[in-house]
Amino acid sequence: MSRLRLLALLLICLLAPFAKAQVQEEEVPSDDPVIEQRLTNLSKELRCLQCQNQTLADSPAGLAADLRREIRVQMKAGKSDQEIIAFLTQRYGQFILYRPRVTPLTYLLWFGPFVLLLGGLLILFRYIKQRRDQITEQPLTAEDRRRAEEMLASSRKETA
Amino acid sequence: MLRYLIPLVLFLVLAVFLAIGLTRDPHELKSVLINKAAPEFRLPQLKAADKTISTGDMRGKVWLLNVWASWCVACRDEHPYLIEYAKSGVVPIYGLNYKDRREDALATLDELGDPYTVSAVDFDGRTGIDFGVYGAPETYVIDQGGTIRFKYVGPIMPDVWKEKILPVVQELNRQGAGK
Repeated sequence: MSRLRLLALLLICLLAPFAKAQVQEEEVPSDDPVIEQRLTNLSKELRCLQCQNQTLADSPAGLAADLRREIRVQMKAGKSDQEIIAFLTQRYGQFILYRPRVTPLTYLLWFGPFVLLLGGLLILFRYIKQRRDQITEQPLTAEDRRRAEEMLASSRKETA
Repeated sequence: MLRYLIPLVLFLVLAVFLAIGLTRDPHELKSVLINKAAPEFRLPQLKAADKTISTGDMRGKVWLLNVWASWCVACRDEHPYLIEYAKSGVVPIYGLNYKDRREDALATLDELGDPYTVSAVDFDGRTGIDFGVYGAPETYVIDQGGTIRFKYVGPIMPDVWKEKILPVVQELNRQGAGK
């Protein structure tokens, strides 16, 4: 890295604290290990809405931290996991669930692959059956029979 | 002939589905709060910290709630337009200053102007959670009875204002006048 670039980088680092930033209170883990464990388990099932392919457990986004804080507060207040999930889906919709629920809306998502698999198998069986029907038994001619018996006889002689 | 057509048709169907998928923004989520009561809040005001503002204060009129912050770049894009919309007097715009430092927020309004009738301060983002906020700017259209009628995520550029926000506001005003 050239000296100028290094200097620029240093300058950026020095100026960073002056940039306008989102207010983010530091995340304070609960002193109750049970709550922390529940939070870890629950947040693996929830989606971060800012970075949609991450769970709430993995996401460094500000909103994820806020939601984790809110979940801690609610757990401390004695809310069950189900109640907390209900609280979140009422605000953010089913999309916050990392594992979509089985509802008529998601039937295609859950069962579509199996339907495709079944359809594929059906086509495969029909295809095989069709091929099998195409093979017609060719009866042996007298000449074929004579040659076959000759071969069998010669092989019997060899093994004897 | 048919056996050659089937893969072609399958391919075309797939292509059409993928093409439609490309035009859709996965970040645009349908709010579940549409046609539900706007969450109750009572928050300090940005310009008068000793005063509060609550959802109930806006009862009886159609109003917009615009979630904004000084750190939000897209909010700066919509800011001059918000001032125009506010000036037009069609509908009052209330701000929800989301996870922002007071001095930063006030400096932004000093610099760019203030389109908001009042801005409420949601310092820790807790009210944002109630509204299902997941990215500023977000704008909610709330009716006379305090029900959320429309939500838009992203800057309200003039085309969005004309095609999406204004029709909803005008319809609500018409309904309200008829009662």
